[in-house]
Amino acid sequence: MRTTAATGTPPAVIAAPVTAEIPVHQIAAFVVMLGLLIVAPFFLYPIFLMKALCFALFACAFGLLIGYVGLLSFGHAAFLGSAGYVSAHAAKVWGLPPELAILAGTAAGAVLGLAVGALAIRSRGIYFANITLALAQMIYFFALQAKFTGGEDGIQSVPQGRLLGVLDLRQPYTLYFVVLAIFLLGFLIVYRAIHSPFGQVLKAIRENESRAISLGYRAEHYKLIAFVLSATLSGLAGATKALVFQLASLTDVHWTMSGEVVLMTLLGGLGTVFGPVVGAFIMIGLENYLATLGAWVTVVQGAIFVVCVLVFRRGVVGELGRLIRKPL
Amino acid sequence: MTLFGVPTQALFGQLLIGLINGAFYALLSLGLSVIFGLLNIINFAHGALYMMGAFVAYFCLQWVGLGYWWSLLIAPIVVGLVGILLERTMLKQLYHLDHLYGLLLTFGVALIIQGAFRNAYGSSGLPYGIPPALSGGHNLGFMFLPNYRAWVVVFSLVVCLGTWYVIERTRLGAYLRAATENPALVQAFGINVPRMITLTYGFGVGLAALAGVLAAPIYQVNPLMGADLIIVVFAVVVIGGLGSIMGSIVTGFALGVVEGFTKVFYPEASNTVIFVIMALVLFVRPAGLFGRAT
Repeated sequence: MRTTAATGTPPAVIAAPVTAEIPVHQIAAFVVMLGLLIVAPFFLYPIFLMKALCFALFACAFGLLIGYVGLLSFGHAAFLGSAGYVSAHAAKVWGLPPELAILAGTAAGAVLGLAVGALAIRSRGIYFANITLALAQMIYFFALQAKFTGGEDGIQSVPQGRLLGVLDLRQPYTLYFVVLAIFLLGFLIVYRAIHSPFGQVLKAIRENESRAISLGYRAEHYKLIAFVLSATLSGLAGATKALVFQLASLTDVHWTMSGEVVLMTLLGGLGTVFGPVVGAFIMIGLENYLATLGAWVTVVQGAIFVVCVLVFRRGVVGELGRLIRKPL
Repeated sequence: MTLFGVPTQALFGQLLIGLINGAFYALLSLGLSVIFGLLNIINFAHGALYMMGAFVAYFCLQWVGLGYWWSLLIAPIVVGLVGILLERTMLKQLYHLDHLYGLLLTFGVALIIQGAFRNAYGSSGLPYGIPPALSGGHNLGFMFLPNYRAWVVVFSLVVCLGTWYVIERTRLGAYLRAATENPALVQAFGINVPRMITLTYGFGVGLAALAGVLAAPIYQVNPLMGADLIIVVFAVVVIGGLGSIMGSIVTGFALGVVEGFTKVFYPEASNTVIFVIMALVLFVRPAGLFGRAT
């Protein structure tokens, strides 16, 4: 979203040297996050944390697209959900070990991302949101009717198995640290992508697509690559989630899930590195806390949406970053 | 009697269902198009406001004792006023921002409305009877035509064409189209554009409420009746081309019919056919069938 355009960020951002050094405050923030995540399972319920980590990865993947390319996809649930189905199917029916099941799911996310991206990338703004939403809904109906997804029941009691034949994933703490490692891998990939020359070009396209094209960048290629990367990492999140909960279900492909990840990213802060993670933990925590309230959860989510859009557009991390005057 | 290996009874039955669905697609996508044309936002709350229209009809009957015909008048006004309130208090603040914020805001509003109604009325449907004047039907020889369904198709067609006439052929419509092209210039000519925007939003959601009242006797009154429908309507709007008035009417009805026939010939695809068509259309014409390139 082009909120910074009005403030006159110089489009010369392309020419700005990509510093090899990572700013100290971001390293500090990363260390704090890592520390919290390492001690967290000893104080909080590991299943809850793993759920939050999967969604944090999902939100990071989504945030890459909206925050740094300016594309609002309203169909990201398709990648999360399909990858979940494929990895659950691979683990349960084909009997693949967990690492291959997760890889299969991630690959499914990538392939689907390429197909959806190739169709949607030619349009912008609202059209892009609409088209991704509709394509994702098509995949939802496919999941509802296809045989292998189990329809309303989903794929249940997916075996977790041993990772690389060594780590027994049925142990909650082992599973937790495996999920943490997957999350960190995804997070660092996103971080690297944003802070690479590739990421600079993406930002240039977000700020002024025509100018980026006139400078010789093939905007559609860059956008498609970013889209596929985002879909792949969403797939990684979905595949991991299916193994953690031993379940792949329609909830993860439904458009409400696409809306939820938008909300997480928006609440955490658009265009921030840590925002999606914070947003995901807040939202999952809130859902956990409000679970007894039934349909009121939807109302609360809607209210957060409205408040974020009207008065809190920078999000939690965006506001923090403004406080310390450095991008987080 | 069979046609293409299918009993004509089933064929015409699905044609009718297709036309009914098409009528709702057309009314809803028409409202979305009108709103998009002037406000440049996709109104995600459209489905929730359609549901609200059906609920207003239900309340009129249960609380005040006013029947279907009164509801046809009252529901669009009530929901239109809700829309005007929404535009004045919230949407107005977002016009200087990226249009996507409008989408996100209305999405949040849709969640609030749907969640609140679900809390109050659960997710099972509430019955709403067909008005006595339209009960029964006619046997046309090749099929049985329920009066109410015929009424829905004819009435929504009249409303759609009336809207088209007002926008494309009257002075008021000319102002509206001019404001779509260049709001600043139209304002400079002394026309109150902000008020026009407010009224347009109210009118657009009023159309959704009207569709809700029409749908109440057919689908029952259900808090989630608009939630999934709106996604299909988004696809319809993309196929027709955003902002095109006639485009949304024609594609609305046509896609309803296509969907109906798909149920006859290949039932497995009936839920997805509209999305498949959307993908194909995007491939050939990214701006939609009736849309201009953006």
